[in-house]
Amino acid sequence: MATENQTSAEYIQHHLQNLTFGQLPEGFERVDHHGKVVETLTDSAWTIAHNAAEAKAMGFWAFHLDTLGWSIFLGVIFLYLFRKAAIYATSGVPGALQNFVELMVEFVDTNVKDTFHGRNALIAPLALTIFVWVFLMNLMDLVPVDWLPLIATNIGIPYMKVVPTTDPNATIAMALAVFGLIIYYSIKVKGVGGFVSELTLHPFNHWSLIPFNFLLEFVGLLAKPVSLALRLFGNLYAGELIFILIALIPVWWAQWFLSVPWAIFHILIIVLQAFIFMMLTIVYLSMAHEDH
Amino acid sequence: MNLNATLIGQSLAFAIFVIFCMKYVWPPVMQALKQRQKKIADGLEAADRAKRDLELAQDKAGKQLREAKQQAADIIEQANKRSSQIIEEAKEQAKTEGERIKVAAQAEIEQEVNRAREALRAQVATLAIAGAEKILGVAVDEKAQSKLVDQLAAEL
Repeated sequence: MATENQTSAEYIQHHLQNLTFGQLPEGFERVDHHGKVVETLTDSAWTIAHNAAEAKAMGFWAFHLDTLGWSIFLGVIFLYLFRKAAIYATSGVPGALQNFVELMVEFVDTNVKDTFHGRNALIAPLALTIFVWVFLMNLMDLVPVDWLPLIATNIGIPYMKVVPTTDPNATIAMALAVFGLIIYYSIKVKGVGGFVSELTLHPFNHWSLIPFNFLLEFVGLLAKPVSLALRLFGNLYAGELIFILIALIPVWWAQWFLSVPWAIFHILIIVLQAFIFMMLTIVYLSMAHEDH
Repeated sequence: MNLNATLIGQSLAFAIFVIFCMKYVWPPVMQALKQRQKKIADGLEAADRAKRDLELAQDKAGKQLREAKQQAADIIEQANKRSSQIIEEAKEQAKTEGERIKVAAQAEIEQEVNRAREALRAQVATLAIAGAEKILGVAVDEKAQSKLVDQLAAEL
């Protein structure tokens, strides 16, 4: 909902801006929303960015407090619930929580066993963590877009982007972790020589075609984390943007006719994206374990 | 959408979550699942075994019942046979006894007849002599005529 002193563009920008904490350089001129210079920094200072320009000026060493906060909060909820179920896990008649946790664990375990045929104690818990965590982060998308940012604004927090998976930092971080595991297991299972030969001697096993092979395989290898990260980010970012655009429609009853159907449809997307991220991770790691 | 150090923070958080999940969540849940699976499998197996045992017991009971029936039938048959045998024997015995009694009676009768005949014969001789005496009007010397009288008596 765009208020009187906020244009639609400002509203969208506000909703798409993370709460950034970082260091502003010396001599940086802080401005208010009318563009008037409020203060000029005499020293570099660690602070929260009050607009997109400030966030940009902070460079690489800045943190999105909302992304980190929400994702860690959701991760802790996930682990708290699952740990609680794990502690009280009994082989007898399970309670409701244990039932739910077992359902998730068995679902993930079945998928892992169907796809991954080696023995690796990491893959299944990794898949479970990815699935539940990504799902919970995606789930934040179903919280009406204005609630949490409005509360935050009223208690003095300038920005609040509540869906961590609409921040590429979150999705790329996970994709990079998976990429690291792909490299690690490729080298561990096949050896450095095996990994290098996989990159250079496929699909054409001839010395003269090594550069061509390498180009193909290297792009293929890099495409894995990139596609993982961007697929999740793109889907959720687009979904969030549509919620924001619907919220901008001035007719009040449009919320029900547009927001509700989109939210219902979005339930499918958030589960599906979490599932796809998990499945692709299993598949990529399974490929890393297989010798050609 | 700036790429910044959030990336590192998120990676760290992710790694910690995965390690926590791997160490403290996954193993106990999996263990509980496996234990329950084993329990259920054991229960099913026990049920199967009980069913088999029951079938076996029923078979055994049926067999014993059939055997008992067979035995009873055998005993009855034997008894029947024995009883008819006893009757036959009794009949046989009665017959021989009757025969024996009859033979004895006949022998006695014959003996009686013979005795009567002898007596008669003796008397006939006396009677004949007496008759002859009457007829002849003399005493017949019994000793002298005894040959004749004996002959007469023997012809009777």
